Amino acid sequence: MSREDVLVSAAWSEENLNAPGVVFVEVDEDTSAYDGGHIPGAVKIDWRNELQDPVRRDFVDRAGFEKLLSAKGISNDDTVILYGGNNNWFAAYAYWYFKLYGHDAVKLLDGGRKKWELDGRPLDKEQVERAETTYTAQEQDLAIRAFRDEVVDAIGNKNLVDVRSPDEFSGKLLAPAHLPQEQAQRAGHIPSAINVPWSKAANEDGTFKSNEELAEIYGEAGFDGSRKTIAYCRIGERSSHTWFALHELLGHEDVKNYDGSWTEYGSLVGVPVELGSGKEA
Amino acid sequence: MSLDGCGAPEQGVDITVGANEVVLSGKVRSDGAPVGGAFVRLLDASGEFTAEVVSSADGDFRFFAAPGTWTIRALHRSGNGQASVNAEGPGVHPVEVAVA
Repeated sequence: MSREDVLVSAAWSEENLNAPGVVFVEVDEDTSAYDGGHIPGAVKIDWRNELQDPVRRDFVDRAGFEKLLSAKGISNDDTVILYGGNNNWFAAYAYWYFKLYGHDAVKLLDGGRKKWELDGRPLDKEQVERAETTYTAQEQDLAIRAFRDEVVDAIGNKNLVDVRSPDEFSGKLLAPAHLPQEQAQRAGHIPSAINVPWSKAANEDGTFKSNEELAEIYGEAGFDGSRKTIAYCRIGERSSHTWFALHELLGHEDVKNYDGSWTEYGSLVGVPVELGSGKEA
Repeated sequence: MSLDGCGAPEQGVDITVGANEVVLSGKVRSDGAPVGGAFVRLLDASGEFTAEVVSSADGDFRFFAAPGTWTIRALHRSGNGQASVNAEGPGVHPVEVAVA
């Protein structure tokens, strides 16, 4: 798989805003950004209210995803270009989520909303209307989604990549530093995990680093290319960004995202938890 | 807007700060005027990225951090800039970042 198959640049995007069969989708946790100005023609997906089950902690089911994409005017034949704020965290999460439900023609706008804004490219507040479609989703592809039991079983034998910040990994912080810190779960990380913060994969402007730089970063941190891999963070969105780097850019074959992540693992009774940098031994 | 208020950002007082929270809070400015829509990055003492927020229309930003020395770096299409802040303990620690 080449980089062009999974990533598009801001320049390419601006030239293809009206290309037939291409749909731009902004994905965010806080959709006020979209409402204040979005890429012309882009529709929005609300990460919290549209991709998550409103009651249980899980995703909307296959029928729910079909209903959502149909209502957004996205068809099975469309190429979906995803972008968003927070360095594309939620867009990367949506990318993984689209793949989970079998939509192959999906790409990330490299650098997301941040690169677009820093470049001074156009945003507008036009109401975007797309004709409803009849979208058909596949069953979830569980080859890319990890659950808690397989995470516990992976200790010591798969690459466990903790992509949170070093202070979250060591147990000093319980959430990224733009969020309040008073959380229910225990602090720390899964034993044998390596810590490669998601941000290592990104340049300051939000674009992904080159494949050569990425290979060096994960290699230096102890990533073993011969092993299977599970990436996790706090709620599974930053680890989608790293899943993208490892699976889509570097082409590692067996890489799963653990969307339960630390908010689940750190609340489990009886599982092992390690504190500190993980490098003392 | 007067620059006299630089040391005490208004928005820092309108949230409930937990007793143990270390809050880094302030404004992004350019020639004294608030800059909204800047990408504000929190870097730890080793320069490692820790968190990022977008400044409000009034240029405000806020981080929930831990005690230590931090660098706050702002990126905006009009320019970039950074400032450092030493947070010795819990409470609201004010900081201003100028971009040019």
